[in-house]
Amino acid sequence: MLWQQLVNGLTLGAIYTLLALSFSIVMGILGILNLAIAELFMIGGYFGFTLIAANFPLPVAVLGGMAGAAIAAMLIEKIGYQPLRGAPVVTPMLSTLGFSIILQNVATNVWGSDPLQLPDEYLGRQYTLGPVNIGEMQLIVVGATIVLVTLVAYTVQRTTIGRALRAVAENREVSRLLGVSADRLTLFAFALSGALAGVAGVLIALHYGAITPYLGVEIGLKAVAVMVIGGTTNIWGALLAGPLIGVVEVLTVAYGGSQVRDFVVYGFMILILLLRPQGLLGGVRSDQGQRV
Amino acid sequence: MSAPLLQLNDVTKSFGGIHALSAVTSGVPEGKIVGIIGPNGAGKTTLFNVITGAYRADSGVVRLNGTALNGLPPHRIAREGIARTFQNIRLFPSMTVWEHLLVAQPHGEAWWRRLLPVGWGDPAAQVRAEEVMEFFGLTGLRDRTARSLPYGLQRRVEMARGLTARPKLLLLDEPVAGMNHDEAEEVRQLMLKLRATGLTILLIEHDMNFVMRLCDYLYVLDFGVLIAEGAPSEVRTNPRVLDAYLGKDE
Amino acid sequence: MSTYYASLFAEAGILLLGALSVYIILATGQLSLGNAAFMAIGAYLSSYLTVELGMPVTPALIVSAIAAGIIGVIVGFPALRLKGIYLAMATLGFGEMMRSFFINFAAMGGSGGFHGMAHISVGYIWAWAGGILVVLILVERSRVWLEMQAVHDDETAAGLVGLNTVAIKVSAFGIGAAVAAISGGLFAHHHVYIEPANFGFERSIDFVLATILGGSTLGLGSLIGAILLVFLPEFLRPIADWRLAAFGTLLILVLLVRRQGIVDRTLLRGLAFRKAAS
Repeated sequence: MLWQQLVNGLTLGAIYTLLALSFSIVMGILGILNLAIAELFMIGGYFGFTLIAANFPLPVAVLGGMAGAAIAAMLIEKIGYQPLRGAPVVTPMLSTLGFSIILQNVATNVWGSDPLQLPDEYLGRQYTLGPVNIGEMQLIVVGATIVLVTLVAYTVQRTTIGRALRAVAENREVSRLLGVSADRLTLFAFALSGALAGVAGVLIALHYGAITPYLGVEIGLKAVAVMVIGGTTNIWGALLAGPLIGVVEVLTVAYGGSQVRDFVVYGFMILILLLRPQGLLGGVRSDQGQRV
Repeated sequence: MSAPLLQLNDVTKSFGGIHALSAVTSGVPEGKIVGIIGPNGAGKTTLFNVITGAYRADSGVVRLNGTALNGLPPHRIAREGIARTFQNIRLFPSMTVWEHLLVAQPHGEAWWRRLLPVGWGDPAAQVRAEEVMEFFGLTGLRDRTARSLPYGLQRRVEMARGLTARPKLLLLDEPVAGMNHDEAEEVRQLMLKLRATGLTILLIEHDMNFVMRLCDYLYVLDFGVLIAEGAPSEVRTNPRVLDAYLGKDE
Repeated sequence: MSTYYASLFAEAGILLLGALSVYIILATGQLSLGNAAFMAIGAYLSSYLTVELGMPVTPALIVSAIAAGIIGVIVGFPALRLKGIYLAMATLGFGEMMRSFFINFAAMGGSGGFHGMAHISVGYIWAWAGGILVVLILVERSRVWLEMQAVHDDETAAGLVGLNTVAIKVSAFGIGAAVAAISGGLFAHHHVYIEPANFGFERSIDFVLATILGGSTLGLGSLIGAILLVFLPEFLRPIADWRLAAFGTLLILVLLVRRQGIVDRTLLRGLAFRKAAS
């Protein structure tokens, strides 16, 4: 029973990791909360779902969800973020909220507000390993997460633009010194963040075998808590916090009832903000957030 | 000399092992204009920050009129009677000149009056603001956003904001930085007028000509250590001061 | 006035108070994304007082406001440690925690909700909303408001000119919470049914939206924002299914064109000038 919960928790945790990474790439670099990420996650799931329903192979569906959400994220950056640079942080946050409203409305109009089920073959085989049942889809979720995190790690650690991102996340003044165009950097950050959210959306659809337009509201917001717990200045915090929160949630539901789940997660987030604002893995940061 | 208005005893402050202030002992007598001079990084602004409570001294005592200020939060120290200006002017961006003259005034006994519109509830505050506005020659600029004024006027607004609280001691951090000779002379006249009202002034300034012509007494700080003090004429010829400013010849 | 429009006006009054609760806290430079939690406290406590203890609505609202105000002060103290977006995320977490708490609060119906309140009229709602707005517009001209503005503009300088920044920020949280609680009490007695889902993140965000859209430097801005947020979707009715998307688009447009909100001091001064000239 415990082992089974751990496996389920880690699957959920994998999705939290991707989403928290998505939030933290924008948050770390620009210091703003892109609330549209929750809905990019949902819309990415629908793109993937549509491709699966049209009988495209799974990898195509995953890439499709990723690309769709990345393009949407770039549009959000161009229309809703660029012109508002320099405004108090709450203003771009609300403009990303405007995009959330649009994305959710588009999803309900195009795909309907009822949950859509994946075709039967995607409900998948179960493998039994001792006391644990692992679904094929769970393996895909965890596997894809590991591959993606590795790719992001490579991008951030080894490529020029990735290094610039990291430098700016640690000190926002630095981008000018590096000679990297700030415009290009923010666009790239939004695209990368959108791509991760989109993949996470396809994966959660595979995990649950179904998708609804309310996915973003239910799961996306909690990824903010995961990001904070991991640390907003160190994007690798998500690697620790994602699985941790996934497991904590599943265990809370199993042993304490589903009702206290959110209370525990958000309570943990507030404790972290007050006692260790840099997060579990974050380094010390000099600025404590911009003026509102 | 009677007990000084502001008395510092053995004030020490260090940042990560570097002594910004080492055992500084000094006094500012009432009704005088006292200057602190010294090269960049000598610890002058740190001293202001310790006096006003922005930093907490590691050891030593700061007294105003015999009352120890150590450990009090900045707003309590301000209410004890110390007003200050900043090296890089810190006005409130959203406020007009007039609002700056109202915001820093202490509340009288009837605290609830503060909740009423200024026009109805607070005639005394308005009178004080008018008075200070006139003194500083800001009357015509009453409804201008303070931050939109020329540099010299912004410095005046900052000084005026501090004075509305009727402080005993005014701390000025480089009051004539970036000003031309005529503007500096205007500020000097203003200081003399303020001294005539009984106000005590402690100022940091790099413009030696200004300091020598204005101050009654000078302290010289170098690397956090007080290396000389005295009347301007004495300090000017002190060999240790010359060394600190010009660098020792090796 | 048809019942339908009456209920829209009621919603606007309730939203106005929610927006003002954000506005008061924001005036000291603190952004709260969790004011729906204080609204929930007001809604649940006032409903308990009227339904279970038979108290009349007005004293029940006052008691709830005081209780929420105290909780607001308690929240305000840890909030001092956080700034900007970090404070916003912490208040978001607080809001979600309180929602989760009310889901588990079986004595008041848990996730099933609570009912039995006596219905109140639109006039009663606007007596509260209008009254609080007028008081706030007067306080905006007072020295207390200038002190809040000083803390908003430059907290360190505010302290050094003699303002007790801790007291100012914490009181703002307390007063904001009390106003949100009134909004919640009115909501409960207007809808005569409440459930935890009424007080989630979307509600907190609605408050912030109304404040920012209308103009976050004036109480009047919250009024304009609240009316806009409630009535705009009605005007978009002809496009039926797509009205939320249109609403989102308009929201983005307003932010792009007037990031300071629809009204601000400059605009008011301009209007006053034109009136004087004509």
